[in-house]
Amino acid sequence: MNDTTYDHPEGSLAALAKPTWLDVVNSWITTVDHKRIGIMYIGYALIFLVIGGIEALIMRVQLSVPNNHFTSPEVFNRMFTMHGTTMVFFVGMPILFGFGNYLIPLMIGARDMAFPRLNSFSFWVSAFGGLLLYFSFLGGDGLYGAGTAPDVGWFAYAPLTARIFSPGHSTDYWILGVFLSGIGSVGTALNLVVTIISLRCKGMTMGRLPLLAWIYLVVSWMVFIAIGPLTAAQIMLLLDRTVGSHFFDAQAGGSAVLWMHFFWIFGHPEVYILVLPAFGFANEIIPVFSRKAIFGYAAMVGATVGIGFVSLGVWAHHMFTVGLGPAGNAFFTFATMVVSVPTGIKIFNWLATIWGGRISFATPMLFSIGFLFQFLAAGLTGIMLAVAPFDWQLGNSYFVVGHFHYVLVGAILYMIFAAFYYWFPKMTGRMMSERLGKWHFWLFTLGFHITFDLMHIPGILGMPRRVFTYEADRGWGSWNMIISIGAIFQVIAILIFVWNMIRSYMKGEKAGPDPWDAWTLEWSTSSPPPHYNFAVEPVVESRRPLWDRKHPNDPDNAYE
Amino acid sequence: MRATKGQSAGESQLNLEKLMSFGNTLNAPAAAIADPWPVRVFHKIPILGSGPTSIFAPHATPAHDIDSLSVFVLSITLVIFLIVAGLLLYALVRYRRRPGDSQMEPVQLYGSNQIEIAWTVIPFLIVVVLFLTSARVNFVTERAARPANSLEVVVIGHQFWWEYRYPKLGIVTANELHIPASDPKAPTPTYLTMTSADVDHSFWVPELAGKMDLIPNKVNVMWIDPSKPGIYLGQCAQFCGAEHAMMLLRVYVDTPEQFAQWVASQKKPATEDASVAEGKKVFEHTACINCHRVTGTVATGQFGPDLTHLASRDTIAAGVEKNTPDNLRKWIDDPDSMKMGSLMPKMHLNNHELDAVTAYMASLR
Repeated sequence: MNDTTYDHPEGSLAALAKPTWLDVVNSWITTVDHKRIGIMYIGYALIFLVIGGIEALIMRVQLSVPNNHFTSPEVFNRMFTMHGTTMVFFVGMPILFGFGNYLIPLMIGARDMAFPRLNSFSFWVSAFGGLLLYFSFLGGDGLYGAGTAPDVGWFAYAPLTARIFSPGHSTDYWILGVFLSGIGSVGTALNLVVTIISLRCKGMTMGRLPLLAWIYLVVSWMVFIAIGPLTAAQIMLLLDRTVGSHFFDAQAGGSAVLWMHFFWIFGHPEVYILVLPAFGFANEIIPVFSRKAIFGYAAMVGATVGIGFVSLGVWAHHMFTVGLGPAGNAFFTFATMVVSVPTGIKIFNWLATIWGGRISFATPMLFSIGFLFQFLAAGLTGIMLAVAPFDWQLGNSYFVVGHFHYVLVGAILYMIFAAFYYWFPKMTGRMMSERLGKWHFWLFTLGFHITFDLMHIPGILGMPRRVFTYEADRGWGSWNMIISIGAIFQVIAILIFVWNMIRSYMKGEKAGPDPWDAWTLEWSTSSPPPHYNFAVEPVVESRRPLWDRKHPNDPDNAYE
Repeated sequence: MRATKGQSAGESQLNLEKLMSFGNTLNAPAAAIADPWPVRVFHKIPILGSGPTSIFAPHATPAHDIDSLSVFVLSITLVIFLIVAGLLLYALVRYRRRPGDSQMEPVQLYGSNQIEIAWTVIPFLIVVVLFLTSARVNFVTERAARPANSLEVVVIGHQFWWEYRYPKLGIVTANELHIPASDPKAPTPTYLTMTSADVDHSFWVPELAGKMDLIPNKVNVMWIDPSKPGIYLGQCAQFCGAEHAMMLLRVYVDTPEQFAQWVASQKKPATEDASVAEGKKVFEHTACINCHRVTGTVATGQFGPDLTHLASRDTIAAGVEKNTPDNLRKWIDDPDSMKMGSLMPKMHLNNHELDAVTAYMASLR
């Protein structure tokens, strides 16, 4: 245990005097440890998840009956703008980077990320972006007294964002908050790429890299490509609003369509940036609970790279009603549908992994199974929306809202929950309660399906998104009421989840290093891992190093 | 073996043609060709065709073509879902861990190139079929030949109302679009040339056609050819600011006679009625005229709806309220009370002035 004093200077101090709460806060703020930064990312994202969830609830109350006056249109517009912006930039991105930060070095046998200080900088600048966005509730009025938080929608279409249509500073806060989160994202993406390329332990060739690490590698490249146009567009918009340039100012000859292209060339890859890590969690969790190696490792890597590549060329499927002309529409229809091929490969490979296995239905696996069915359905409604003429009807309707919540909640959030139940023991050293976990899963699944299955129907019946209320004669009222009721089950489930985390952290069952009998390197060190992760640099000989150790007579590398 | 393969390839080609022609009632007059059976089955599902704005209750060729295409796409995706979800469900039940299972790990399988190729190629073929059917409807709708007798209407989106101009008829009106019914045997479609005066909007009347955006500095065109007279509803489908939800669409499909009558009445100059002279005077001496137009008066504003024939419309405030004197008075008194966030300011008129202006407005038939 001599190395404890070497690697843990604060540990030796602790022996002298119990650290005060100030020491603890200081150690977290100044930390450059990838595990602590990862946990801070996740904690920060969870806080924003609750805030974004409350915003969603306010919208659901308002929409539950026609001609409702629970909120004013202005407040409702702020709620959906903040809900969307928060969930994408301050929940989705940080929680996925949080898991990436925590897991990638452990999975590739490294002691930390390649650039620990950049890592810390990226986290804090992202966190500041979120605070700045929410400060708009106080400071958005500006000198004009014109509204508080941003109310232009999360894709902030020009020219609604022009100074004349959006006075005050709310849109400026939106620009700067998202801009800062983009800087943090690029920093972390850079860190992940360098870490994965250069810090792999002995024997871990790219062909033995855990699929989760492969996915983070591809995602990080996509972040480089996608964040650039967004940042450029944000700067152009800021210039329009502050010094009177006319990039998007249609009154002065600027182009509203230009903003759409800029935004969606970021916005669509962004969807894959969020969903690919969810695939990565599934790649790690489904094999362990099926007791089988992932089926088609090489095909999975190829499909990931394929999705990353094709997803950069599909953005204008958000613009089928903009008037691109039939040739443009046809191209983006085809490109969008082609994504379904590598995505299909992934679903089939997960199916083949389960096939012939011995499936145990622990909570992480339950959420993964929910993910498989729901992602399948979300992909198929995505095909419908990719058919340009069908999209002329469905685009910007509640069908779209149902579709992308199926992806963001039904697929991504489900896999985030699965990841929590799976890696919580590694992060804290304690198991989460299986009993509460099952309550969480079943209640959330019930609520999810009531809300988001039915959400497609008012869209088919002509209900556009982003309306603060609607006419009683349209026949949308009862659907919306049931949709809102579904949200109640989801809230209860989330409360159970939060309670489960707190309770398990306090007095959960001790986990030990490898509670799931898993195969990747993070399970070879203690739970929680020491500051330095591994006392000795691991050496691996296959994709499943712990399988090799557990089955010395039947090692994996014989089949690679 | 080889023979069977050849045969099945031939069959699948046939099927492909059949599939492709499935969505093919294109440009055929809506009533003339019976829907294929899956569309008919689909339309029997009660909830999907209900309400006045369902996308599965088409009343014009563009909406009808999309309807057939949609049912085709829905059928294919439904089959895919049932197969894949069925396999998943089977695997979950069949390969679940049972109490008496051995402690040995199951047989480890690492992959199979043949299977990988199969489930790459088959989805790709489905994608090609879907793409071709989609592109066909897409091209046929957007590149439809424009008959010489079509009606042209310029649609201009405003925060938060619709302006309609009939350039060849010299009519300017707002919020209620009148078009003639189109006889399937001799179609007289209406072409909507669209742009926006301020921010992005989107024109969506689901029973007639898919939506098309109204974008400043850009001109878009769409067409509709409803054959059944009636009122078709919709609303703005692109978020455009505070009152986006209250920017409702009403399309009046008139019989040719009704339409001719409507045109004749709209072409008349504004009614002159001595009994409402006081109201006219109040109107012409307040800021009303900065935004509104009444032909033949000093009111030549461009920002708000043309009021020359206001009383001929069924609704006010972009379809939000019925056009009754009470509602008009309430609206003029305090627009925000009816439509919070409306850009029309409160004019601070006293009760007497309000009554007078309301009477004047109600006289503008």
